[in-house]
Amino acid sequence: MSDITKQSLSELVENIKNKKLSSSEVTKAFVERSKKSKELNAYITEDFVNALNKAKKFDEKPNLDLKLPGIPMAVKDLFCTRDLRTTAGSKILNNFVPTYESTVTQNIWNEGAILMGKLNCDEFAMGSSNETSFFGNVQNPIDKNLVPGGSSGGSSSAVAAQLTPITIGTDTGGSIRQPASFTGTVGLKPTYGSCSRYGIVAFASSLDQAGPMAQNVKDCALLQEVISTYDEKDSTSIDFKRNEYSKELTKNIKGKKIGIPKEYRVDGMPKEIEDLWKKGIEYAKDCGAEIIDISLPHTNYALPTYYIVAPAEASSNLARYDGVKYGFRAEGENLIDMYEKTRSEGFGDEVQRRIMIGTYVLSSGYYDAYYLKAQKVRKLIKNDFDDAYEKVDAILTPSTPSSAFKIGEKTNDPVSMYLNDIFTVPVNLAGLPGISIPAGHDAKGYPLGLQIIGKAFDEQNILNIAYAMEEKINFKNNITDWWIK
Amino acid sequence: MSKNKSEYLINRHDNQYEVVIGLEVHAQVTSESKLFSTSATKFGAEPNTQVSLVDAAFPGMLPVINEYCVKQAIKTGIGLKAKINKRSVFDRKNYFYADLPQGYQISQFKDPIVGEGKVILDMPDGQKEVGIERLHLEQDAGKSIHDLDPKNTYVDLNRSGVALMEIVSKPDLRSPDEVNVYIKKLRSIMRYLGTCDGNMQEGSLRADVNVSVRKKGSKEFGTRCEIKNVNSIKFMQMAIEYEANRQVDLIEEGQTIDQETRLFDTKKNETRSMRSKEDAHDYRYFPDPDLLPLEVSDDFIENLKSEIPELPDEKKKRFIEKFKLSPYEANILVSDIETSNYFENVIKKSDVKLATNWIIGELFAALNEKNLEITESPISAGNLSKLINLIKDGTISGKIAKTVFEQMMEGDKDPQKIVEEKGLKQESDPKTLEALIDKVIDDNRDKATEYKSGKVKLFGFFVGQVMKVSGGKANPQLVNEILKKKL
Repeated sequence: MSDITKQSLSELVENIKNKKLSSSEVTKAFVERSKKSKELNAYITEDFVNALNKAKKFDEKPNLDLKLPGIPMAVKDLFCTRDLRTTAGSKILNNFVPTYESTVTQNIWNEGAILMGKLNCDEFAMGSSNETSFFGNVQNPIDKNLVPGGSSGGSSSAVAAQLTPITIGTDTGGSIRQPASFTGTVGLKPTYGSCSRYGIVAFASSLDQAGPMAQNVKDCALLQEVISTYDEKDSTSIDFKRNEYSKELTKNIKGKKIGIPKEYRVDGMPKEIEDLWKKGIEYAKDCGAEIIDISLPHTNYALPTYYIVAPAEASSNLARYDGVKYGFRAEGENLIDMYEKTRSEGFGDEVQRRIMIGTYVLSSGYYDAYYLKAQKVRKLIKNDFDDAYEKVDAILTPSTPSSAFKIGEKTNDPVSMYLNDIFTVPVNLAGLPGISIPAGHDAKGYPLGLQIIGKAFDEQNILNIAYAMEEKINFKNNITDWWIK
Repeated sequence: MSKNKSEYLINRHDNQYEVVIGLEVHAQVTSESKLFSTSATKFGAEPNTQVSLVDAAFPGMLPVINEYCVKQAIKTGIGLKAKINKRSVFDRKNYFYADLPQGYQISQFKDPIVGEGKVILDMPDGQKEVGIERLHLEQDAGKSIHDLDPKNTYVDLNRSGVALMEIVSKPDLRSPDEVNVYIKKLRSIMRYLGTCDGNMQEGSLRADVNVSVRKKGSKEFGTRCEIKNVNSIKFMQMAIEYEANRQVDLIEEGQTIDQETRLFDTKKNETRSMRSKEDAHDYRYFPDPDLLPLEVSDDFIENLKSEIPELPDEKKKRFIEKFKLSPYEANILVSDIETSNYFENVIKKSDVKLATNWIIGELFAALNEKNLEITESPISAGNLSKLINLIKDGTISGKIAKTVFEQMMEGDKDPQKIVEEKGLKQESDPKTLEALIDKVIDDNRDKATEYKSGKVKLFGFFVGQVMKVSGGKANPQLVNEILKKKL
């Protein structure tokens, strides 16, 4: 069956449950396609032999009551996977093999899925183009010269290129939604506290959240219902009633109030994005939603706030990579020398830049002016959303201020790179759920995404809105398999 | 050095200096598991056998607060008569060291779990109150071992993540003696509460000592130096004496004191500069984003209050009022919970006055000689109680009792049995005693004559003779009475 990899997750699950396909057939198809797609550089570590063995085992004694029966899946290399190298895209963890499993991936394997390998990402998830990875940049299947977005660039590329039926990424400031937007796929960043952070290499603890990346909204809902569990091992995990998102998914969003924040009309925003947003508003109306203009007055401060809070936490979170216990070590004359050499050689430029920014903003004499002030602004940004949700059920914005840019285009201009997160960052700062769905193409034919932001714990609602709009938009990705020779 | 008995002053030329001391005590929380992980905390385990992925800071590992440690800290706060903060925050204290796997210590900086409190010290010339500034919870670091290999340092992470309480005093202490009493009192309170075993040899209690000096009568504090990580009371006292004199010398020479961190060299008995204020670490404290603020309810605190046992100050008051003990006696008996329990068990069935004297006198001396704790006493409270009753009802004399006591120290024997087996019962039959006395007078006719002619001092000689002849068993009171009549 040559078209196995073209099937969505939901189709594959149904076909395996109906015994039209075996796990081995499905796994083999995705493994073969992955093998032929090395040029994309989506994988850091392949685990194909084990995956095929696991599929065979599954087929011998298939449990078809599971939600992901025998489904092969590659995951972002930020999730610790037992006995399989986990690098976070960094040289400093190049040789690190965890003896433990992250809660999110464990939840996935518990539902019958099979690990195929670990997907490329920006080093420690710091980047918007997957160009900071120690393992090289990833190509966007849309076009050879395009970045796939970041930090979950390997994940977005792999889903768009159908190397994996579905995947998971992590999103600290847009790292799921922006690459989804760049590759014409769907990406959900859940409410902070929805998915356990246990076993995920930390970037910025108060912002990091794992989430599904899929070809369509229904698949996304199914994976979200698998990965979102309350976990006592994560003190910030929240014990709330979780829906069976895929079962409760509905296209009926009649009467839902959707807010349009005027502050997201940023200076210099390309007309194509403006037009896409307008189109999105029309689609929402077509679905029966009510459009309401709202204001999120502190939006302008979100990006600077993020670039204080996230590096501050990162500078401390990454202190453990010191060459003493595990990972890369450069020998030195003494302890300090060893630290300096290990961390200078082990971390890439972007990671070092953020460690320095973070160290600076937490330093005595600067703490109040930067970190403390940023925390106050963060509260104001959250209050903006709280006020808006008095009036609306969800908010609609563009996912990114542009379509995918060229490889190398922004690597020497960090600020321009950071600006790519302008629409996604406020959502992380406020701890809210946000989903990016493909909604159209720019003049060059590159995909563009729309973001739907929900109330905390209201994933079901934004999935429903996305599901309804997805049908109206009827987006088709133009992928030509150019990389398969 | 000091002018009157209680004031500790340093004299130089015509100047008198007062020493100002504040302590930061690090007390290991008594708990089976660590502050943020489930690893064991047993002392003396093989290196790196009590280490979890969290303690070793593996990627993606997260801290989860141990509720028991929180309870222990709050109980200690209650014992220090301190304000319990219903909301406290864990912060990261960032610095690099090989035995600090996370690259930061989780501690409490701006919002500690316990606020201001106090400790009462019983000094020879009365009571003194020492203010407590705060108590906060924090992780211990691992241990770097530098002497196993000439080139490499080894790291043992067993201690990494163990819960500590840092108890910060106000700068209210004024002498090495007060420091001694303060540490002992703090330890006593925590041992009563079961929140810290106070074992200084095992490092369960250590302190950073802040020392400054000022001219007597001055209201302003001098510049202080912090002496890091001193692990015995004796060393604390030595370090303070050295450091205070060093500072006074500098001032007398017209120099200024640099605010700095110093180390106490126990071999040379001196403090040495470790780092100056300029070189001080910038710890970049910020709230740990892996942990939510710690919030406890009024009910939670009230429940813990109901678990607090009678503490030394209250116990002392009760002993004085109920048992008519002197403050001195009460102080000794309440100083640690095991002693006070022993005492209360003894007096359940015996005379308080005698029990007090025997415990503080004979028992303490005997235990001291054998280097035993009260919990290791060969004489159980029940048997000491029996011994006291034998004295009280006249079965044996105090002198014989000491012989019996010595035998009891050899193993927990019933004093009644010892008395019976060795025939040590006191002779109180007047007729038997009269016969004995008659014989003694008969044998010493010449002395009896001297006595009658006015040499009254010889009375003691006769008492001694009677006791000797009776093998020490004669009731001394009766002997006195009868002798007086007979002579």
